[in-house]
Order: sequence, then C-alpha cells, then structure tokens
Amino acid sequence: MIKLLENLGSTVLGGIEQTGRTFNLLLIVLWEIVHSPYKFYPIVRQIYFIGARSMSLIIISGVTIGMVMGLQFYNILERFGSVNLLGAGVALGVIRELGPVITALMVVGRAGSSMCAELGIMRITEQVDALECMAISPVKFLVAPKVIAGLISVPLLTAVFNFVALFGGYFVGVVMFNVPEGSYMNGMIDAVEWDDVQLSLVKSLIFGVLVTLISCAKGFYMHLSKAGSQGAEGVSFVTTDAVVASSIAVLFSDFLIGALMQ
Amino acid sequence: MADTNDSNNSNNSPGNHSSGNGNAIEIRDLVVDYGPRRILNNLNLDIPAGKINVIMGRSGAGKSTLLRCILGLKKPTSGSIRMLGTELTTATPHEVNSLRKQMGVAFQGGALFSSMTVGENIQLALREHTNLDESTIRIMTRIKLDMVNMLPFENLMPSELSGGMTKRAALARATIMDPKLLFFDEPSSGLDPITAAELDELILLLKQGMNMTIVVVTHELESAFKIADKISIMHGGEFLVMGGPDDIRACQDPIVQSLLHRTPRESRVDTDAHLRALVNGEIEPGASGNIE
Repeated sequence: MIKLLENLGSTVLGGIEQTGRTFNLLLIVLWEIVHSPYKFYPIVRQIYFIGARSMSLIIISGVTIGMVMGLQFYNILERFGSVNLLGAGVALGVIRELGPVITALMVVGRAGSSMCAELGIMRITEQVDALECMAISPVKFLVAPKVIAGLISVPLLTAVFNFVALFGGYFVGVVMFNVPEGSYMNGMIDAVEWDDVQLSLVKSLIFGVLVTLISCAKGFYMHLSKAGSQGAEGVSFVTTDAVVASSIAVLFSDFLIGALMQ
Repeated sequence: MADTNDSNNSNNSPGNHSSGNGNAIEIRDLVVDYGPRRILNNLNLDIPAGKINVIMGRSGAGKSTLLRCILGLKKPTSGSIRMLGTELTTATPHEVNSLRKQMGVAFQGGALFSSMTVGENIQLALREHTNLDESTIRIMTRIKLDMVNMLPFENLMPSELSGGMTKRAALARATIMDPKLLFFDEPSSGLDPITAAELDELILLLKQGMNMTIVVVTHELESAFKIADKISIMHGGEFLVMGGPDDIRACQDPIVQSLLHRTPRESRVDTDAHLRALVNGEIEPGASGNIE
C-alpha cells in the first residue's frame, strides 16, 4: 500500500515537474522571440516540415472524417425527416470541434513525435551542448522556430482540414444520398457564424503552441528525466511520452476552451 | 618533481590571454555532488596560458564532469572557476556567452549538427556572431577545412564522414572563431593509430601557430605524452599528481604507475568466497563502482 502511494506521489511530482519545465521553456521562447533578431529561414523550414509535409495527411483525414460525419448525420437526421439540416450538422461539428482537434492530433503524430526525437537525439549526442559552447542559445536556435512554425501552420492546416471535411460531407450527402444541394449549402451557410470560425481559430492557435511546445520540451529536457541516461531507448520513451502528453493536452484544452468560449 | 599542489606552476611563459599571473584558467576548491555522491572533491588546478594541458585518469575519475564545469555546462556545488579573468560560477549569462565566444570545444563524438553539411557546421558560429559577408565566411571556412585536410568534404553531411573525419571537422568548427581556449574531449578515442597521430600533430600545430591554450581530456597515454606541456592525473574526483610528462613518468605513486603501465586491478584470489559474499548480499551493488 505504501509502495503504491509512493509510486503515485512520484508520478504526480514528476508530472508537476514536467509541466513546470514546459512552462519555463515557453517563457524562454517568448523571451527569445521578443529580444533576439530573428532569422526567417529556420522558421520557413519548420513551416515546411510541420505544415507542407503534413498536408496530404490532413487532406486524407479531413475528407474521411467529413464523409463519416455526413454518413452518420444522414442516418440520424433521416429518422426525423430533417436531412435538410445535414450541411449545418457537418459544418458545425467540423468547424467547432473536429477540425482543430483532429488536425492537432495528426500534427502530434507526424511532426510532434519527430521534433521530440530530433531534440532528444541532439541532446544525447552533445549537439545541444555544442550550441551552448558556441554561445548560441539552443532554445532560440532549435525550439523557438518550431513553436512559431506550429503557431502558423496548425491554424492553416485546420482551415484546410475544415474545407476538405465539408467537401467530404457534401459528397456523401449530395452525391451519394441525393440531399438537395441548395438545402445542404444554405443550411451550412445559415448555421455557421463568425463565433464558430473564431472558436476554431483560437483552438488551432492554442493547439499549435501546445503540441510543439510539449513535444520540444520532452526532447529538449530529456537529460533531466529518467530516460536521459538510457540512450536510444530513452529517446523512444520520451517520444512516446510526448505523443501521449500532447494528445491529452489537446483533448483537455479543447474542453476548457469550448467551456470558456460558449 | 611532479607537484601535488599546483600553486607553484608559474614557470610557464604566459600567453597573451592569461588572467595576469600566467594562467588562463584557475580552479579553486571545486566540489561537485550528484545527490549523495561526491564526484569532484576540492579540486585545485591552474591551467597555464599558451600551453597544452592534459587531464588524464581512469574512467569514472571525474574528468568529464570537470570539463563540463569548465565549459559552464554543469554548475558546481561549490568552489571557483576563474577563466580569462572572469569568475564563471557567478558570471551572468551575458558574461558566460562572452567567455564562450573566446573558446572552442571539440566533443568526443564530434557533435556535428546532423541536419547541416560539414561547411555549414563550421560556418555556424561566424553567421551567428559576426556580420561578415558571405564570401569572407566561405573563405574562412575553406581555410579551416584546409587546415584539417577536409577541404574536399565541405558539402558532405556528418553521417557520410568516418570517425577521424568527424573529429577533424569538429576541430575545424571549434577553431573557426580563432578562440583563445580550445578544449578537446577524448580526441583520439576510437581512432586508428595513424589518424590519432595526425590529430596530435594538428593539436601541436594549433598551439604553435595560434598560441592557444589547449585543454585535452583523455586517457590515451601515447597521445598525452606526445602533446602535453602539463599533465594532471585524476583519481576518485581528486588530482593525484600534476607536472610535465617527465615528472609524471618519474612519479612512483602506485595508481599513476598502474595507469602508465596499464596494470589491471589486483584480481580476487578467492573467487568462491567472493561469489558467496555476492549471493549473501554482503557486497552492496555500486559499493565499489565508478563515481562518474
């Protein structure tokens, strides 16, 4: 029993410590952004990595999610004779909720894990130490461009996801089930308001920072965790940890933002 | 005679970057603890300017921890590290960065940035800290690459280099800003004898040509005696002996002798008794383990 409590306490303390480190990293990133002259090429490179190279994944998942939503909404609405609300249902579901969340989760899986592994490997091969010894801030050089790129890329990817998901819903509703095109489009236009788009934008901005920051923090501070002395196995451990922590942070903050912006 | 106290080591001619008494680095009462374990125990060391200083010792002696403290990568528990006249342990981040711009480090594994070519790795510090134009940066890069015989490999990625080439590229990167202090962590480890000898020649060339203060952490005996002006031998987190190569060779300390003659530790005669003690838990794990 005591052993169980010890383990629980150790896990909670570890979680608090990691949250503190991540918050500390955010403050350093903000400091570096405000106080340093910035070179744009590393940011553009990261936007290409996080944004452009995630595009195909986002398009495929967006179309699929839109089609699934169209199918499910159609089956439900048909029972109540309200298939003319299909466009509204798909649009609100995608823009307010699924668009930002699924996009963020896809970025976690594709780019977040990679960023964490890259920084972890740089840490264990002394590349981060080498930067420090060259009087180059590792946070400015390695982390800040990734966080800025996440802030720019994730909202853009979310917009793409929303667009293709609405197209997927349209395909299922209008092309497959012969829902009148006018009612689908008008229902969508009438139902979606600026507040819904704003909610989607706010969520995607916050998720962009959260995902990149948590992934970077896990890799960057790898040497301070238990995995720090485990070499390659440690990198795999922190990468898994980064994906889990980022995903949970996205889902939990989705609820918080949704509740605050109701 | 070899010194066990380094305070009288002032017969070296000072370089142009000493802190006033001929020493580029002065370490006083340095203590480093990792939790309950003491890694460095009240170390005192003077590193004379313009000389090659070799720090030797067995694995776990505390060499790497000492180097990390000197590089400002590890904060000591207590004590003082005075580098080029600046107290490192109390320096502001700005002062630490000013010091770091005057030093170069060649890490054990090279620590080249894997996403950049060899040339880009070498240019990085110039691009970050100077406003030199592109052609000057390229010329300086080529000079340093030529110095380490790596000119044809400027556009290769680090993953395409051999161990020796990686170390030479790391050396070119370490010297690109013409530092006053140059640090090597195990420069010869993992290299064939010819490449290791070439690297030793390069280190000597740097000392003669650029009047750098060079600190080499190694346990390669041959290399150490070939390049060193001063050798400091560590054991158990303390300096056992310091002096010139001849002083070290003449030192009769049994640990130094076993290090110089590669004598293994005394083997346990009663193997059965030792195994019984292990099985019965009379020998605790880590009781005689390394401290690093």
